[in-house]
Amino acid sequence: MNGRLPWFAISMLVLGYLFLYSPILSLIFYSFNESRLVTVWGGFSTKWYGELMQNDALLSGAWLSVQIAFLTASVAVVLGTLAAFALIRFGDFRGRTLFAGMVTAPLVMPEVITGLSLLLLFVAMEGVIGWPGRGMLTIVIAHATFATAYVTVVVQSRLGQLDMSLEEAAMDLGARPFKVVRVITLPLIWPAMLAGWLLAFTLSFDDLVIATFASGPGAKTLPMEVFSSVRMGVSPQINALATIFIVVVTSTVVIANQLAFRRRA
Amino acid sequence: MRSPAKSFAAVVRRLHQPGAAGRLTALAIPYGWLALFFLLPLLIVLKISVSESVMGIPPYLPIVQLAEKAQVQIHLTFSNFALLLRDNMYVVAYINSVKIAAISTLISVVIGYSMAYAIARSPLRWRYLLLMLIIIPFWTSFLIRIYAMIGFLKDNGLINNVLMALGVIDQPIAIMYTPTAVYIGIIYSYLPFMVLPIYAALERMDPSLLEAANDLGARPWKAFLRVTLPLSMPGVVAGSLLVFIPAVGEFVIPELLGGLGSPMIGKVLWAEFFSNRDWPVASAVAVAMLALLVVPVMMFDRFASRYFRGR
Repeated sequence: MNGRLPWFAISMLVLGYLFLYSPILSLIFYSFNESRLVTVWGGFSTKWYGELMQNDALLSGAWLSVQIAFLTASVAVVLGTLAAFALIRFGDFRGRTLFAGMVTAPLVMPEVITGLSLLLLFVAMEGVIGWPGRGMLTIVIAHATFATAYVTVVVQSRLGQLDMSLEEAAMDLGARPFKVVRVITLPLIWPAMLAGWLLAFTLSFDDLVIATFASGPGAKTLPMEVFSSVRMGVSPQINALATIFIVVVTSTVVIANQLAFRRRA
Repeated sequence: MRSPAKSFAAVVRRLHQPGAAGRLTALAIPYGWLALFFLLPLLIVLKISVSESVMGIPPYLPIVQLAEKAQVQIHLTFSNFALLLRDNMYVVAYINSVKIAAISTLISVVIGYSMAYAIARSPLRWRYLLLMLIIIPFWTSFLIRIYAMIGFLKDNGLINNVLMALGVIDQPIAIMYTPTAVYIGIIYSYLPFMVLPIYAALERMDPSLLEAANDLGARPWKAFLRVTLPLSMPGVVAGSLLVFIPAVGEFVIPELLGGLGSPMIGKVLWAEFFSNRDWPVASAVAVAMLALLVVPVMMFDRFASRYFRGR
């Protein structure tokens, strides 16, 4: 695909990256600012990182979010992998269209609708069977529901590329289907499952709207804490938190891609 | 038509095939989960949107109620929807959301297509880095990126400071809490969702098609319009749906960046639910939003099931 690039495309590319990165870079820069005023430079300092470590509300929110994201990702990987198997390997079963629709619709469904509808379900269930209450469990259920869609997409495209002849050969040699999946298919798709797990973890860790609907009193996740603090006004502690987050995400993405790249090469 | 006995026999036969029970379980678990936690909740929203609102917990009346003397009372009302049409605030927010989402999508197509095109045509040794730079914001927290945008756009933020230092303006321009800030926020947040599918479509294109167009004497601009653009349309459609649909219902961006002047339907739903505690009206707002989005969502579903199947 090489050839001369029109100047328009090149300048849009440069401007696009400037647009994507200058807010983030300025946020990182000002997280090391001595001054409380987020946009006036008062000298280099790491004091906001120190204060962040003392902020119990943010820290306990972060811990809750990590637990929720871990559980969400683990549930979503199971559900999403099963769904991907069904869509790729089970042919045209009855109700396939509805199933495929339910799998992909949460990818684009506005968060306020997902959040509201799940909360109304939880309240109705509470009325009928006295379960599941509202708190960490309901947030995990809500997150797992939309994260499953993302895992399905990732695993599905990997399964679709697989050469089925390996599985067929194992079947012909007399392996039971369950064993074929365990010995042949899973080892081939685990990178996609891992990618799906990481994606589900990130989506859950980041979600504000659905968690706010699904949560009850007492369960305040990190995005909920950040949101109420941002509503009060900009705070240098949030800059510090954001910087840590961006560094962690960037290094994870780069390392994961390096690994994937090396495997392919 | 197959007779019931024959279908039953077919089911029994299939259950005795190797792995049939496993297949059934593998399908039933995600199917059941999604039916319970995705489909059923939407039906409940539909139900509550036609329920009467009352003070209490939960703040709505059941549609069918067993009254005294074993009479069945039916409380079914469309007053919540009538309210949406009567009160100008809802109509304005509805139209405003569609307008903001549509314009943001169009601008994202222009920026996103140019970026994807430039990346797809860049030298191979650059491409990996350029793609990574698109993927990283995609994984970075949405809320944190919006927060970064506040620091960027506000009166003493980066944009105004740079423009004032350059002498372009001598007074800070007010961007925060205007509709412009909402547009910028939506494009900023959703741009990677536009670039990646268009890039994927461009990358799959067979370069020999362009060579053929060139050999047949087509000028580059014409070759682009007649060959590249049509072949990359699936990417443009996917990207547009990925931006437009969530943008219509966006809550965080209008809440944090927008002012009172640009109400969006997601913000209205949030306020109805959390501030007014009027669940039936909030549900009616959700149903009205779904009615608008049902066609785009189904388009996306059809597109996705074809695309993600791999082959």
